[in-house]
Amino acid sequence: MSFEAQSSEPYVVKSHGALALEAEMREIAQDRPGANRMSMTPALLYLDNITVSFDGFRALNALSLVIEEAEMRAIIGPNGAGKTTMMDVITGKTRPNQGVAYFAGTHDLTSLDEAAIAQLGIGRKFQTPTVFDMHSVEDNILLALKEDRRPFSNIYWRRTPHERERIDELLERVRLKDARFRRAGDLSHGQKQWLEIGMLLAQEPRLLLVDEPAAGMTDQETADTAVLLREIAKTRSVVVVEHDMQFVRDLDVKVTVLHEGSVLAEGPLDQVSADERVIEVYLGR
Amino acid sequence: MKQSGIIDRTGGIFLLVMLAVAVLVPASNLLLPAGHPLHVPDYMIPLLGKYLTYALLAVAVDLVWGYCGVLSLGHGAFFALGGYAMGMYLMRQIGPRGVYGNPVLPDFMVFLNYKELPWFWHGFDMFPFAMLMVVVVPGALAFVFGWFAFRSRVTGVYLSIITQAMTFALMLAFFRNDMGFGGNNGLTDFKDILGFPISAPSTRLTLFVASAVALALGYLICRALVTSKYGKVLVAVRDAESRTRFLGYRVQNYKLLAWVLSAMLAGVAGALYVPQVGIINPSEFAPAQSIEMVIWVAVGGRGTLVGAALGAVIVNAGKTWFTGVLPEAWLFALGALFVLVTLFLPRGVLGLASSISERWKARRPAATPTPEPAE
Ligand SMILES: Nc1ncnc2c1ncn2[C@@H]1O[C@H](COP(=O)(O)OP(=O)(O)OP(=O)(O)O)[C@@H](O)[C@H]1O
Ligand SMILES: [Mg+2]
Repeated sequence: MSFEAQSSEPYVVKSHGALALEAEMREIAQDRPGANRMSMTPALLYLDNITVSFDGFRALNALSLVIEEAEMRAIIGPNGAGKTTMMDVITGKTRPNQGVAYFAGTHDLTSLDEAAIAQLGIGRKFQTPTVFDMHSVEDNILLALKEDRRPFSNIYWRRTPHERERIDELLERVRLKDARFRRAGDLSHGQKQWLEIGMLLAQEPRLLLVDEPAAGMTDQETADTAVLLREIAKTRSVVVVEHDMQFVRDLDVKVTVLHEGSVLAEGPLDQVSADERVIEVYLGR
Repeated sequence: MKQSGIIDRTGGIFLLVMLAVAVLVPASNLLLPAGHPLHVPDYMIPLLGKYLTYALLAVAVDLVWGYCGVLSLGHGAFFALGGYAMGMYLMRQIGPRGVYGNPVLPDFMVFLNYKELPWFWHGFDMFPFAMLMVVVVPGALAFVFGWFAFRSRVTGVYLSIITQAMTFALMLAFFRNDMGFGGNNGLTDFKDILGFPISAPSTRLTLFVASAVALALGYLICRALVTSKYGKVLVAVRDAESRTRFLGYRVQNYKLLAWVLSAMLAGVAGALYVPQVGIINPSEFAPAQSIEMVIWVAVGGRGTLVGAALGAVIVNAGKTWFTGVLPEAWLFALGALFVLVTLFLPRGVLGLASSISERWKARRPAATPTPEPAE
């Protein structure tokens, strides 16, 4: 029983600096090219040499990725490339067999549980929209608001004017103000996607992981979503996984191409889409 | 979920009914002459009281199953443990009036050649201590069980199976004579409670009213919980557990809290049950008992609390009637009822009642002109 992994902090008490240094030493020891990057710019998310195998099949294979503060990154790659698995690793759902994952320089994501990681400020939107169907739209946002997560404090909870304002603001932003009292389960697919983005914003995360936000949306909704995400990325880091090339073009950010669990190419969309290996595995199919 | 207050319309009706029951049943029993058609005879009082304790038990089951998605098939264990704690108090109240006249040891211990009282029987001669144990023992068992189960993320069918295993293991343990709980026969032949003769009509009326009060309070506690933000998280866990985790909630702690509270309520129900039926034995731990409880909740309407209480009363009244007429057929009738409810009344009897009242309201639109107020 791996109860240790569930606790919010590892047992060992170390200063942030010590942990960062350790991570760096590990990098140098492994002689990885990314080793010095962290010490120069404290990246918000730092993944290195991550390997995840499912019964011998490598869903992620020595994957390395660095996301800076307030950076937006688009991740593309064919089906089964490991995009969702990468998000699973970052959010604590899947433990990597190998590799390191640090958040904000000091937090070892591989030793924290999902709740702790979410509380650190990593929010996630799932590939298939998952909202709380039986709750109203308003309550979905309420549950996501950045507030005390402990059970006892939520028993004595009273709705505050501040909460109401925040909810108003967020619903306005994701255009669901009129749907406020509707059951989330009754929303259209596109609306659910937006509600989930609203919930993501309500958490006030430092890093947003957004898995295929445009899936099942109309062209107009897709374009609107790109605008919304770009606006969000002004203050927060955003990682977007998407198959829709037009959408990725609209985002106009650095692109990482995943293939068979590792990074195949990285750079502006025009550059990676000119890369022959990328054309071979993905775009040219 | 239209009203967000603790007491909604259904809850208000429920509490009024409980108040009426707690007042009218004793009034009819005491004031009306025996031949009167509305007279509730003495023998009915403990029977009705038993239904009320079952209703409280059903509310406890509904808290974890209806709101948290934890299908417990082991709540009989918590109920029985509460019952045993009360039974131990009642046994020690007997004192030297037992068949063997031993001032300390209950009859079954003398019979089994116990030389002294086992350590865990100490303190049960004191009512407050025994009442504390009524909630502490089931609560502690639930805590230990839930701590391991929820942390290891055992869910669904697997969790239900281990709750069955838990109550089954306890049944086997309590059947043993050397456990010190009277084995097979359990605890019985009680004489009095707090100095009042246990089978006196006035004691039975008091126990009946106490059961009604306990049910109302238990309902209010659960209702306060499920209408709070904690309750909203609980429902979120029920419907999308992993999503809730990714929002930063430690799901295991939410489940554990509801689970322990539910076990304590079940313990209280058991403690009220024992003096009214006059016996507690290991058959209360039988896996089938716990399954029956889930059926009560399903029949009444899962996730409504009031429905759970209603279901417990309906099914048990049916059982009383059936076992009088066709005892062998009861289990088949229960099974058939469960299948029918699952197929045709997924929201239970209460769900049926509310959809009838909605349709009735819709037919007279003039009666409800005001739209739902945006609070
Ligand atoms: N729990 C699991 N057990 C076994 N194999 C898995 C598991 N999760 C993912 N995989 C496999 O790992 C590979 C990567 O899956 P992943 O979902 O990360 O791909 P993806 O890039 O998100 O694909 P898509 O574009 O289809 O969403 C797939 O081949 C998948 O079948
Ligand atoms: Mg995917």
